[in-house]
This record gives sequence, structure tokens and C-alpha cells, in this order.
Amino acid sequence: MSIVSINDHARATRPTIVKDAAVDVAVRDVVYDTKELNLWYGDVHALKNINLAIHEKEVTAIIGPSGCGKSTYLKTLNRMVELVPIVRKTGSITYNGRNIFDKVFRVEDLRTRVGMVFQKPNPFPKSIYENIAYGPKIHGIRDKKVLDEIVEQSLRGAYIWDEVKDRLKDNAYSLSGGQQQRLCIARCLAIEPDVILMDEPTSALDPKSTAKVEELIQKLKQDYAIVIVTHNMQQAARISDRTAFFLNGEVVEYDKTATIFSKPADQRTEDYISGRFG
Amino acid sequence: MPHPKLSTSHKSSVSIRDMIEAKKSSRQLGAKLEKGIPVILLLIALVSILTTVGIVLTLFTEMIEFFRRVPIMDFFTGTVLKPLSQTPEFGVLPLITGTVLSSAVAMAVAAPVGLMTAIYLSEYASERARKIFKPMLEVLAGIPTIVYGFFAFTFVTPLLREIIPGLEATNILSPGIVMGIMIIPMIASLSEDAMRSVPNSMRAGALALGSTKLEVTGRVVIPAAFSGIVASFVLGISRAIGETMIVTIASGSSKNFTFDLTQSMQTMTAYIVEVTGGDAAAGSTIYYSLYAVAMTLFVFTLLMNVLARYVSRRFREEY
Repeated sequence: MSIVSINDHARATRPTIVKDAAVDVAVRDVVYDTKELNLWYGDVHALKNINLAIHEKEVTAIIGPSGCGKSTYLKTLNRMVELVPIVRKTGSITYNGRNIFDKVFRVEDLRTRVGMVFQKPNPFPKSIYENIAYGPKIHGIRDKKVLDEIVEQSLRGAYIWDEVKDRLKDNAYSLSGGQQQRLCIARCLAIEPDVILMDEPTSALDPKSTAKVEELIQKLKQDYAIVIVTHNMQQAARISDRTAFFLNGEVVEYDKTATIFSKPADQRTEDYISGRFG
Repeated sequence: MPHPKLSTSHKSSVSIRDMIEAKKSSRQLGAKLEKGIPVILLLIALVSILTTVGIVLTLFTEMIEFFRRVPIMDFFTGTVLKPLSQTPEFGVLPLITGTVLSSAVAMAVAAPVGLMTAIYLSEYASERARKIFKPMLEVLAGIPTIVYGFFAFTFVTPLLREIIPGLEATNILSPGIVMGIMIIPMIASLSEDAMRSVPNSMRAGALALGSTKLEVTGRVVIPAAFSGIVASFVLGISRAIGETMIVTIASGSSKNFTFDLTQSMQTMTAYIVEVTGGDAAAGSTIYYSLYAVAMTLFVFTLLMNVLARYVSRRFREEY
């Protein structure tokens, strides 16, 4: 399979965005471009003909009811979905112009560029320091001084440094749930990804921790493209630049968040965001 | 009887509460029993504790008698064991080297093979492969040790002699290897359990950082399962130290004090078999030597368990 050229991006189908293209957000570069993506778990058609472009330095929220395929789509972006052995897929996702399903694109390389934060905090059962140093270490960084520097920078980046700087040797599981989640975000930052995928990152957190993580996401988007799956529509409205509404494995509507939440084009979107189902 | 309508009202006409009250009297006996349960269970648990205490006490008192006849230093530092000689000598070191060397050989085989098998089963094998493999391992674990001993003596030793010409007909290498094979299923199975109980979310976290499967296994799964893996190793070592039949058959009864694996040696367990199988008159020094050797054996396994506890605590990764 040939690698899709950058020119193809220009012709990418982005129906609902076009009308806002002149305003501001559409001028940013496309990081991920999904075309005609279909995915099956065995016989279950989980993603149907998805076309979606994700832009750099933006927060893209994916909303929709349970089982609509939003997490599956997120996991397809870093190919974690393939851990389920019965997955089949057609179509393409290009990441900075390269098809991620291409055989020559090592999945480890992709995941080194694309960080992921999970629904439940999942730090390793190691010290706080080792959690952050894990990524750089497996990618060959051994110099203690460099690692110290990375650990500090990453923890600062996730705004948790002040809370943990005196206890870097403590087990990560001694932290609170909210701190663990920010530690996991810091762990992501330690390998300097381009994109951070977040799968309902605040669903296991209390409101205070949620606010901290949301604040963090706002700061991170200055440097990273962030894709966040969320159940919480207020959260999507608060923190995202664009929102995609998934329903039954399809993208019903994808637009600027402001548009989605003020004048959605599709009746189903309006029903969902106004709480009529979900 | 139609079920009271649970869905419409919590206070239905045929009240569940009434039914519970009605049954209450028949549950009185159960309530009394409930109080007695801890005592009953404690008594049952005491059986194994008292047995252990009894065994240790017997070993200890008989051992004291032995050390009245043979100086304790002669026993622990003596390199010559000639219990049946005109001038008997009771140095335990030949038996200790026999035991330690055969166990070391066994672990050199069982630890890497068992751990690799566990890694395969836990991290790499498909569900189907696991279903075929695990029962086969259990069969291996179910073979009587006498069969293993026979296998060491009649098959492994001749095979090894093709490769190592200097190998004696009875030697410590061959039973060591076969003991290792015997222990593999235990280490594989326990280590696999430990590795499979590491939550998948940790594997996912590591994979999402661009780790290869091997890196996930080596840097996340094994460290997280470390205490379980160490426990399996220690159980394996204890099993090797205590193993009797294989070494009795395949390593002979020469009480050599040597570190040469190709030579015949005797282990502590094989010595006990030899002496009890022969006609050691009760009350003779050789009879009491059994208890001293058995006590030494006991201390060995005890030390292993203590060491295991320490190691697994020291390196435990809590989650």
C-alpha cells in the first residue's frame, strides 16, 4: 500500500467544517486523517465509515452514548485496539501523512509519537521517578542526569511536581487517584509525543481532581494535539475546540465545539446534547 | 406461589419481611453454630501446627543425644562420613555438598526453563496453545518421583555419558537435571499465576508508551510479579533439597566430599533412606545420626523460606 501523500489531505472530506474554515481553527495542520475507516470485532461492526481529521494544537472531543465506538476509535489511533485478537478493519488513518496500518510503520514508533492516558489511572507499581523514567529508558536514554531532568520537566508539565518532588522514590500507588492520573499524563509527556489520546481521563476522579486535569489539558494543547473521549458533555464544551458526535459506530456530526453545542446541524446531535438520550 | 410484586411497591401486601420473620426461628441453630465456627476451625488449624511442633521437638531431642556421642563441630565441619566403619566418622559436609550441588543443578535447569515457559504461557501463548500446554505440564507434575529416578538412571545417565566420557554410572549431574525437569511445572505454573495476575491495564500503559512486548514483559510484568516468581523458585529449591527418590536411585551412595558433578555423591535425603533401609539398630550412633541429618535438612528448607520472605518483601512492587 502506498503512503498517502500530503496533497491528499487537502482533499480530505470534512463536510461540516468547511463552512467555518475561514474563521480560525481549520488553518491548523492535520495530524491525523481518517478515511473510510470500518472496524469489526468479530461480526460486530463497531466503526462505520469514519472520516475525521484531527488538528494539531487543538483539543478534539469525542462524545456519544456508551457503546457508540468512541473508545474504539481512540484506540485505533494508536492501534491499541489490535490487542483484541478478533479485530478487522478497512480504510486508512494517516498520521502526519503516513498510513498507520502500513506494514513498514512499526506500531512501537507510532506509540512513541502518540501518548495515551487511560480511563483508570494505571501507573506502574514502581516509584514515581521510575514511572516517568520508564518511557525514556526503553527508548535508550540511560544518562542519569538527563533522566533526572526529564522526570522533573515531565512532572512540571503535568503540574504535579510540587506535590511529589520530595517523594520521588515513593511508590506511585501512594498517590491519590487524581495525582495518579496526572502522573500518567506526566509519564506520557516524558517521551515528548505529538498527540495525546485520552480515554475518559477524568471519569474515575473527583470534581477537584477533574478540574485540575481539565486545566492541565488546556495548557497542554499549546504544544500537543489532544483527542479526548468523554461521557461528560459539559467537559467537552469546556475544554475542546472541536467535537465529534458518535452514534452507533458512525460520526453523526463533527464541527467546532461552539457550533455543535449552539446550533448542531443534525437533530440526533441536538437530542443527545440536550439530554434526550444517552 | 406467585411472587409478590416487587416492582410496584416496596411495601407489598405479602411482605417479604413477614416471610423472613417466619423463617427466623429455624435459623436459631445456625446462629449458634456461627459462634462455634471460629473455635472449630482453630482446632483444625492447630492440627498442622501441633504436628510441626511435634516433629521438630522429636528431631531436636534425638539430635541432642547424637551430639552427646559425636562432637557438634566434628559433625558440621567433618568432610568424612564413614558411619559403618570400625572407626566411624560422622562429618555431614559430604551430604551437604551432595544436596546443594544436586539442587543447584536442578535449579539451573528449572529456573530458566520454568520462567520462560511461564512467560510464554502468560504473555505470548494464544488461548488455544495455553489450553493444550497447561494440562501437559500438569501431567509432568503428576509423574511419581520413582519414575523420574528410574528415567535418570536408565536414560539420562547413559545419554550424558556419550557426551561426558568421564561421567560415573552414578553421579550427581544426571539426577540434578532430572529433578530440574520435575520442578519445571511447579515453577512454570506458579510464576504464570503471578504474571497473569498483573492487571492488563499496566501492560496497556507500557505498550502505549511504545514498548515492545518483550519490554513490557521484562520491565513491567516480571517486576510486578517478582514476589510470586521468587516464591515459586524457593518452593522449587525446597522441593529439590527434599527430593529423595531420584537422587537415591541415580546418584549412588558414595559419601564423596567433592564439587565434581560427574562423581557419585550422596544427599542428606538419600543418606536417610540408606540408613533406615539398612539395619541401623535403634540406639546406635548411626541411628541417632539420622536425626542430626534430618534436622540439618529441616534447617535448610527453613532458611530457604525465610530468605524467600525477605526477598519477596524487599523487591515487592505493590499495586
